Amino acid sequence: MLAKRIIPCLDIRDGRTVKGVNFENIRDAGDPVELGAFYASQGADELVFLDITATNEKRKTLSELVNRISHHINIPFTVGGGISSVEDVNILLQNGADKISVNTSAYKRPDLIKELAKEFGSQCVVLAIDTKLEADGDWYVYLNGGRVKTNTKCRDWAKQAVDLGAGEILLTSMNHDGTKQGFALEITGQLVKDLPVPIIASGGGGKMEHFEDVFGIAQADAALAASIFHFKEIGIPELKQFLKEKRIEIRI
Amino acid sequence: MKLVIVKYNAGNIQSVLYALERIGMEALVTDDQQLIRAADKVIFPGVGEASTAMQYLRERGLDQLIKTLEQPVLGICLGMQLMCTHSEENNTECLGIFEEKVKRFQPDLENQTHLKVPQMGWNNIHSLKTPLFKNIPENSYCYFVHGYYASLGEHSIATTDYVLPYSSALHKNNFYGVQFHPEKSATVGETILKNFIDL
Repeated sequence: MLAKRIIPCLDIRDGRTVKGVNFENIRDAGDPVELGAFYASQGADELVFLDITATNEKRKTLSELVNRISHHINIPFTVGGGISSVEDVNILLQNGADKISVNTSAYKRPDLIKELAKEFGSQCVVLAIDTKLEADGDWYVYLNGGRVKTNTKCRDWAKQAVDLGAGEILLTSMNHDGTKQGFALEITGQLVKDLPVPIIASGGGGKMEHFEDVFGIAQADAALAASIFHFKEIGIPELKQFLKEKRIEIRI
Repeated sequence: MKLVIVKYNAGNIQSVLYALERIGMEALVTDDQQLIRAADKVIFPGVGEASTAMQYLRERGLDQLIKTLEQPVLGICLGMQLMCTHSEENNTECLGIFEEKVKRFQPDLENQTHLKVPQMGWNNIHSLKTPLFKNIPENSYCYFVHGYYASLGEHSIATTDYVLPYSSALHKNNFYGVQFHPEKSATVGETILKNFIDL
């Protein structure tokens, strides 16, 4: 059976992890390569590196970092943040990234998704969507890290993006992100049913039961979290053991 | 040990090279026919689309070269599919090393299993045969990304279930192929690469 995936997300600024935390077993948790390798050894199924530097002069730092990551990490990884062209993606893939994620740039120019899928294949094009439930009861797309609201509904944009060639959706609920109260089961489950591509749920994972719910109830293909792993609130081995006992298909 | 990775328009050559480095092996990436023929072991990687890849190989005579190699050859993902007879992906005639046919997954939408195509992620390999899987427990997880699969047949040496049981590895004479990505399959993948090198 295809296993549900657990994906730690590492925020990167100027080549360093932003939420550097003390892990006894690693020398330098601020080094994305060391932290990533640690998570891989703990049983993470994939990694996401999100570059929040977002200035062009730092791009070279990112491609060098991606090259180091791909030398040292033996599981797949996605790189996102500030990607807006085929050339940006080409550099990252040539340096060993398995997938890239696009967000605002794809919304502003949807043909970017088509161009990337044609050039590199859908399997490496992840569309990240930040979404928020509004008072009218619908989920809307937000841009620029959640700062800019649009009038586009999340389900519509996700469907359009998949039609254009997105191979996976990374869905972050802004209502849930940072709350540790659980993932957005309703919209996640809706996209799982709507779309023929895997859905990665993000935002709100605080307890192991939340992962059970997002896999068991919403049927998400993967779940992404950051701080609960970085701050050791949940260990990946314990989480995976828990899910296995709950009869969720998981790689141990 | 002269280890060669066949250079062609495949997407995962760097990843394979780095994975070999992690297990202490150096490999040469080349499309030079003499160097490939003189190698002790040949890895034939692959991420991409079948007809474009076959056209590229034919234009350079690599198609004839690969199927006449006598040393151990390991095809990975699309590399393995190209070693079969035919692929449904753009109706492509392939190298014909393995008689198994490559078909597209047809998700069973009726019974709501939510099986998505392509398959992306970690799945089990079982019914393991040959020393390629030495020290690999049955039902180990490997990393897969593919929308097409090779059917089960006499050359199957590993089986995976997704929509239906299919060949996740094939073997005939000196030729081996794996559908998953050993270069991305954590320690299991590294062991399989080591086993290939030790063949």
